[in-house]
Amino acid sequence: MKAMSDTTKGWLLASPLTLILVVFLIAPIVMIAVVSFWTATEWSIVPAFSLENYQFLFGSDVTYRVFFNTFKYAAITWAITLVIGFTVAWYLAFHIRSLPVQIALFLLCTIPFWTSNIIRMISWIPFLGRNGLANNMLISMGVVDEPVEWLLYSDFSVILAFVHLYTLFMVVPIFNTMMRIDRSLLEAARDAGASGFQILTNVVLPLTKPGIMIGSIFVITLVMGDFITVRFMSGSQSANVGRLISNDIALLQYPSAAATAVVLLVTVLITIGILLRLVDIRKEL
Amino acid sequence: MSKMRYSRRSLLKTGGAALAATALPAPMIWAQEIKDITLRQFGTGVSNLNEVGQKVKEDLGFTLEMTALDSDAVTQRAATQPDSFDIADIEYWICKKVWPTGNLQAMDVSKIKNYDEIVGIFKSGKLTPDSTIAQGTAPHTVGFVEGPGSTSFASEETGFMTLIPTIYNADTLGIRPDLIGRPIDSWAELLNPEFKGKASLLDISSIGIMDAAMVCEAMGEITYGDKGNMTREEIDKTMAIMTDAKRAGQFRAFWKTFDESVNLMASGEVVIQSMWSPAITAVKTRGIDCVYQPLKEGYRSWGGGLGLSKSLSGMELDAAYDYINWYLSGWVGGFLMRQGYYSAVPSTSKEFMSADEWGYWFEGKAAAGDITNPYGDVLAKAGDVRDGGSFTDRMGAVACWNSVMDENQYMVRKWNEFIAA
Repeated sequence: MKAMSDTTKGWLLASPLTLILVVFLIAPIVMIAVVSFWTATEWSIVPAFSLENYQFLFGSDVTYRVFFNTFKYAAITWAITLVIGFTVAWYLAFHIRSLPVQIALFLLCTIPFWTSNIIRMISWIPFLGRNGLANNMLISMGVVDEPVEWLLYSDFSVILAFVHLYTLFMVVPIFNTMMRIDRSLLEAARDAGASGFQILTNVVLPLTKPGIMIGSIFVITLVMGDFITVRFMSGSQSANVGRLISNDIALLQYPSAAATAVVLLVTVLITIGILLRLVDIRKEL
Repeated sequence: MSKMRYSRRSLLKTGGAALAATALPAPMIWAQEIKDITLRQFGTGVSNLNEVGQKVKEDLGFTLEMTALDSDAVTQRAATQPDSFDIADIEYWICKKVWPTGNLQAMDVSKIKNYDEIVGIFKSGKLTPDSTIAQGTAPHTVGFVEGPGSTSFASEETGFMTLIPTIYNADTLGIRPDLIGRPIDSWAELLNPEFKGKASLLDISSIGIMDAAMVCEAMGEITYGDKGNMTREEIDKTMAIMTDAKRAGQFRAFWKTFDESVNLMASGEVVIQSMWSPAITAVKTRGIDCVYQPLKEGYRSWGGGLGLSKSLSGMELDAAYDYINWYLSGWVGGFLMRQGYYSAVPSTSKEFMSADEWGYWFEGKAAAGDITNPYGDVLAKAGDVRDGGSFTDRMGAVACWNSVMDENQYMVRKWNEFIAA
């Protein structure tokens, strides 16, 4: 019997995954794209080709404001999680010498993630409230006389929750790439007379780029797709794109929700496309 | 998508067929068979109580499975998944939205034992013969259809009811008198700059817009033709006033669930907000002073009822009628009235309440002793009087009913913009 050609074998081996991706990833996205051109009445959706959803979306200044808000949250959260994540990973990778301690501390970072992220988020509310722990503390310390209002139900509290929820997604990939840096490179740099800061900028930073990039993709996509954190932490006062979609779904406006989802998907893909231009993850890994 | 496959035409056809089938004489129900019957009920949290399910099992023998959802999800399910339920426990404004889909079947009032005892609000629309009918989706306007299979509402009492009324109440603003320290008597106070950063509104568009309209009208800014069915200009003007207030920092937050409203009030984040009566009770049971403030412009009222799925037939349909008759026979009414709601047939509920409870909850008299809810929590002490007074005082002062407007989709988009503003 004639042996199968390599191409056939390759296709056969890849087919289970292809099938799963087609059914669970490609098909739903195509479906969403199709529905986004339909129209809806209050209780049914009508399959008809119409640009109405997109016209409304691009014709309303609320859309632009909400997209701007979404980017704002993503950018600020990204910057803060990057600084914190990098610092934590740096400490774990280079300052802790013994492997068991490293592992123990790393696990410690993940412990909060054993509870639901909704609970972690909501537990900020009594802490930050007008009569919450933070305000009571500030008042008894004499820092402020009146309770600070912007601690809760503000952009501050939204970003605080985002940072709290998503910093670990930055720590893990950065820590991972840092651990794989050959220590002799650092010694060589030191021997060649580099200062600590120079080692950071010339050796460690370039070598951890893939980790930073993976962490950034995690954080940016999570923040841009979120709706529940924004709803709870802003007390429904602010909106991002995810909330627009969830409101539409709640009101049975599936086509309009689908159109918003398509625009969000395209926006996120463009953002990630730009990020990937900066670093070739495949080459670096 | 397959869930949304029903066109109105096919619904009319199949709906008609199902109704024709149910018109055939029903077989006698045997005790043994009753045990095997399970009716699936879903609705908003207010009346989907496990106690009711247990009592049904005891009194009637069959099983009642209950699912509680928020009002948006309830509408969605009633409109798109008619086979997923037997009994829909929905509000009247939801009925207005859902009935045209043909997913529910009309009920023959001759099979409802206590029909004559049902409060006038649900039949002629009038609490007493000389009362005026409030604005909005008043229950009687969507309470009847011409006959089985009809998808449009009748303008007056017919023999076919869409929903059997079960529970209703008059809503107003909740306040923290200890933090406000002066009398509040108007809806306009919600936007009073005195409460800047300490007010809240509920973020459920169909109800929130009514509260907003009550406020704008009380401020003298807008006079509505019908608050329950606003024109586009009225919606625009209302949302403009609310958006300005929001940008000026009037609101602390917007709430969507019962618990959120309780926490906002109990923690002191908010001192005046739209609220539901059990939420007031929940704040009070924490030992915090909270009043369901009667306001001079009147109440925003809501009512719910039980509707039957069009796919119910035969023994299940008979069981459903038994259940509805049992519902109106007093036990549930008493159970609900002791939590501050009203029952559609107060006369039967009275038998399941003590004289003191009846006096406090229904007649607006001062309590003679501790008033407890069905779970045993003390809600009022001797001498306390219910906020707003008696049944006729409260239900007689309804200014408008929860509703769904002709311009609903426009309103929803405007509401979304307001929340995002």
